[in-house]
Amino acid sequence: MAPRHRFSAADVRRAAALASLALSSEEVERFADELARVLDGFEWVESSGPPPEVVSRDRHLEPGLRSDAPDSDTLHKPPSELAPDWRDGFFVVPRLPALDR
Amino acid sequence: MGALRSLSAAREMLSLGEDAYLELASLALHRAHELEGGEAPIHAFLSLVEEPPRFRAELSPAGGAAASRLAGVPIAVKDNICTLGLPTTCGSRLLEGYVSPYAATAVRRLEESGAWVIGKTNLDEFGMGSSTENSAFGPTRNPADRKRVPGGSSGGSAAAVAAGVVPAALGSSTGGSIRQPAAMCGVVGVKPTYGRVSRYGLVAFASSLDHVGVFARSVPDAAAILGVVVGVDRRDATSRPRDPGPVSTSTAGEPSEALRGRSIGVPAEYFGDELDDGVRQVAERALDTIGEAGARLIPVSLPSTATALSCYYVVAPAEASANLARFDGVRYGRRATGGRTLSETYLRSRGEGFGDEVKRRILLGTHVLSARQYEAYYLRALELRRHVHEDFRRAFRTVDALFAPTTPTVAFRLGEKRATPTEMYTADIFTVAANLAGIPAMTIPIGNQGGMPVGGQLMCAAWEEEKMLGIAAALETCLEYVHPLAGEA
Repeated sequence: MAPRHRFSAADVRRAAALASLALSSEEVERFADELARVLDGFEWVESSGPPPEVVSRDRHLEPGLRSDAPDSDTLHKPPSELAPDWRDGFFVVPRLPALDR
Repeated sequence: MGALRSLSAAREMLSLGEDAYLELASLALHRAHELEGGEAPIHAFLSLVEEPPRFRAELSPAGGAAASRLAGVPIAVKDNICTLGLPTTCGSRLLEGYVSPYAATAVRRLEESGAWVIGKTNLDEFGMGSSTENSAFGPTRNPADRKRVPGGSSGGSAAAVAAGVVPAALGSSTGGSIRQPAAMCGVVGVKPTYGRVSRYGLVAFASSLDHVGVFARSVPDAAAILGVVVGVDRRDATSRPRDPGPVSTSTAGEPSEALRGRSIGVPAEYFGDELDDGVRQVAERALDTIGEAGARLIPVSLPSTATALSCYYVVAPAEASANLARFDGVRYGRRATGGRTLSETYLRSRGEGFGDEVKRRILLGTHVLSARQYEAYYLRALELRRHVHEDFRRAFRTVDALFAPTTPTVAFRLGEKRATPTEMYTADIFTVAANLAGIPAMTIPIGNQGGMPVGGQLMCAAWEEEKMLGIAAALETCLEYVHPLAGEA
């Protein structure tokens, strides 16, 4: 049975370009058909009612995030303390062989 | 050579000292290699250590106060969880040969407890799949029937435990990737509360849904491993600041005591038309056992079950499309040759490196986040995720736990659903809701149908792992069902 939703080859190419994904022409056609069928399962978008009222706010039961406060971190040190070698405000790195030619 | 059945069997052996440790390690490695051979290899592992780490006498069971309960125990780790020394490929060609410079917090905690990583287990590429057929390195087979899938995406971890290579393994779950393969392989699988086990070192698929969890052959073993890996970790911003403490199962008294007086909700939506008759019969027998042990069975409704799967297949691909942007052949991953510009190198590296299912989900995720579709799909899915949360909150005001089958069918045949992505997605229909809500959920084996394992699912309110594991341990004892090891049926 043909899918009810339309997910065109152009839609696939557009998404692929946004996602930096090289696809063959065979893949473009196949994914267009497969993704249209996946979207067919998303009828809830139109049919579901508004989101429910929140019935409880028990913070103990809520997954949470740690506070966004600054923490001690090695990157808080001045770069000179992190560098193996530091001269005149610059990191010292191995000399490129090309400069000696 | 035999199989490794349990943590207690391993500890009993390890109490005999260094020679026993080497023998146990040899047994586990031999078993792992044995199952990779033949015409239909299990193919649970993508990599194995060549030899075990040196014996640490101070941590052994005979080592006095410093003794660790996991000293010398081999553990398998899903190959999307970072380890030192072994590759972390995520089952993808794009990360073939990649070795992480650090270990995941869960792995580090296990190693600090004396356990050692025997190898990395197969998975659907980046955790995207329900059969472990989407691995770039070939499918894993179900130890109970090698013509069938082990479930997914943590199919390698489930198979390694089911086949007796290791007593326990780490897996990850974004939509059911621990409970579903546990059910299909006949082992215990636990997905904890979101934030209870650090995700640091877990390669991100969908960050608001990803969990690290455990597999074992019994509930007490799963609880022992979970007790080691839980806890706050400042490297994971979603790690809970006030962790309620280590998890354990109550083993005191009669097992039925843990069930007597408990109220167990039975969600009608998990016993609908999509449920296979054989699985239904096994699940209903388990419910009879729960009732006979003195628990009250209470019908409940979770109306959002029908839309949870669609909600999941919007939210997860959307997050995946962002998370997987880093795999471009420059920052991470195998770099394609022949690109004339940086942009072309990105396009080719990703096009050649990712498999079909990963491409499908990146395309879907990019589509639902794009300007013309964002409100229609992504924002709507976030609203519906609240329905799922509210359904569970409402249910847990009246019941201690929910019980339902984990999967609508037993393990299906290799290749049976691979050509039809929408059919494959329905394998997760009973598991995605717990991931969307972040609540703890687990599978225990409850019987078999035609020789294939059937899993029962317990779900509890957030942070109630101890209650969930206590009920599961009691049910496990009352049911007296342990799925036989491969070759022992």
